Amino acid sequence: MANLKVNVLNMDFKNPILTASGTFGFGEEYVQVYDISILGGICSKGLTIKPKEGNKGTRLWETPMGMMNSIGLQNPGVEKFISEELPKMKKYNTKIIANLGGGTIEDYLEGVKKLNKTDIDILELNISCPNVKSGGMAFGIKSEIAYEVVKEVRKVCSKPLMVKLSPNAENISDMAVTCEKAGADAISLINTLKGMAVDIYKRKPVFENTYAGLSGPAVKPVALRMVHEVCKAVSIPVCGIGGITTGKDVIEFIMAGASLIQIGTANFVKPDICLDIINEITEFMDKEGIKDLNEIRGIV
Amino acid sequence: MKCSFGRIIENDKIINNIYKLEVEFDGKINPGQFFMLKTLDNSFLLPRPISVYDVGENKVVFLYRIEGHGTEMISKTLSNHEIQLFGPLGNGFNLQEIKGKTAVIGGGIGIAPLFYLIKKLKKENTDSYLGFKETPYCLEEFERYSNKVVVATEDGSVGDKGYITNSINVKDYDTIITCGPSIMMEKVIQMCRENDVKVFASLESRMACGIGACLGCAMKTKKGNQRVCKEGPVFNGEELMIY
Ligand SMILES: Cc1cc2nc3c(=O)[nH]c(=O)nc-3n(C[C@H](O)[C@H](O)[C@H](O)COP(=O)(O)OP(=O)(O)OC[C@H]3O[C@@H](n4cnc5c(N)ncnc54)[C@H](O)[C@@H]3O)c2cc1C
Ligand SMILES: Cc1cc2nc3c(=O)[nH]c(=O)nc-3n(C[C@H](O)[C@H](O)[C@H](O)COP(=O)(O)O)c2cc1C
Ligand code: FES
Repeated sequence: MANLKVNVLNMDFKNPILTASGTFGFGEEYVQVYDISILGGICSKGLTIKPKEGNKGTRLWETPMGMMNSIGLQNPGVEKFISEELPKMKKYNTKIIANLGGGTIEDYLEGVKKLNKTDIDILELNISCPNVKSGGMAFGIKSEIAYEVVKEVRKVCSKPLMVKLSPNAENISDMAVTCEKAGADAISLINTLKGMAVDIYKRKPVFENTYAGLSGPAVKPVALRMVHEVCKAVSIPVCGIGGITTGKDVIEFIMAGASLIQIGTANFVKPDICLDIINEITEFMDKEGIKDLNEIRGIV
Repeated sequence: MKCSFGRIIENDKIINNIYKLEVEFDGKINPGQFFMLKTLDNSFLLPRPISVYDVGENKVVFLYRIEGHGTEMISKTLSNHEIQLFGPLGNGFNLQEIKGKTAVIGGGIGIAPLFYLIKKLKKENTDSYLGFKETPYCLEEFERYSNKVVVATEDGSVGDKGYITNSINVKDYDTIITCGPSIMMEKVIQMCRENDVKVFASLESRMACGIGACLGCAMKTKKGNQRVCKEGPVFNGEELMIY
């Protein structure tokens, strides 16, 4: 039988399959749907130091084989996450990744200090959210700015630090290398691509913020190319994200060099899709005589 | 609730662009709950939220209108084929809160969640007010479980001419339940507020996950952001701000 276990950042994961931030809440809702302890890990909804109500107006829009969202980081805030959500998450017997967003460097640092004191397994630093004005993605565009944030966060962060990159970065491999230099332990990518939709009957943009984040199968080839470029450029582990819906998609990302995988939009397509994905990976490995994912990691 | 594949017993046009879909399903369902439906051919990405119209032995029945690509693809799925079925989802109607003389007010396809509800209510206490643009549908089914059915059509072809909200005196009722276009629900809630009548509305919002995880369906209420898919789709009229 194929072995899906992976050791990344000196931690053992049951398998490389994590659920992506913002698509799985804090896991609670999916407990009623399937046994989520089969997952390699869960990334929390993007957290900010203060609670956020999120964006007004339309928040979702379907596109051909994709979707756009403009949730605007609605979340209960870091403190409430720690007191109310994390204790529940810790019971799921899977790795817990806290996804932290911010508007300023100070916000990030304050959040990191609070999360240091908890037993989260990884801190995923979101420098890439396209849906909040004056924040998030601003840090994810220019490598110099990202360097400053990651360096400061690194100084105070006592958890393994995974930096989540935006596909809207000016130069994705340069961005990844810069984050590695600044002290990131791992890189995850991609966050959503900035997109737009127009309501032609109302003659105005669908989204209140005009632009929104595109995700789902439509972005997969772009995500895969970026993961491939980044894997070639850095020596830290890379977590591949973007449009993954099948076990075969996962294998593509692993062959491109990814150590971990996040499943986002696909959770909406079929709520227990991670189960199918894990089964498909096992099936593929058995068929192809692969015993360990290390055999195929980065081979393309 | 689980995600499963249900065999389609029937998926028939009942009039114009209105379809009735019966799918094999075994499980407990509250009136007012909904399912996320998706065809198995990946012809669209996100499952579509559709209310439970009726429940039978080992089956759930939906009433839907072709609105765009997703519902069109659903309408093309043949009987004996399978459809992805996720639910039942949402809170549904709280039958304990529906007391005394009751009116359900449905507009167009908004009548869908009201039928299984009135089946669970006392017939002699329940009146149905159903408004349509043009040709009405499902009237006989509503008649079977209503004390009386009042119909209005915008073109006046059947029943009262005009909007259904002109055909009701909300003061005659202890509880009102409404589902339909937001303009109609707004009007109903406003009339109920003015007359101190208890009112519940079943709302719509664009959805992705359907179970409270993505926050895509959030709506501002007096209690703060509420997820239409999780805290709703049925809301007490008093909590709603938009109206
Ligand atoms: C809780 C709930 C119960 C519903 N019950 C019924 C029902 O019983 N019968 C019925 O005919 N319709 C019902 N609807 C509306 C139905 O979900 C939409 O008409 C349908 O999703 C439109 O999809 P489409 O692909 O045909 O249209 P398109 O316009 O092509 O859809 C594009 C996208 O917009 C979303 N969308 C479009 N209109 C709506 C809408 N009004 N509400 C929510 N999402 C929308 C779709 O889900 C899709 O993601 C319900 C909606 C909700 C939220
Ligand atoms: C509804 C929704 C909400 C999201 N919220 C967040 C978030 O809060 N923080 C974050 O880092 N990424 C967020 N993302 C991005 C995803 O985690 C993921 O990076 C992206 O969707 C690409 O993967 P996918 O194509 O598999 O969905 C969100 C995506 C969606 C669809
Ligand atoms: S549809 Fe995802 S939270 Fe309601």
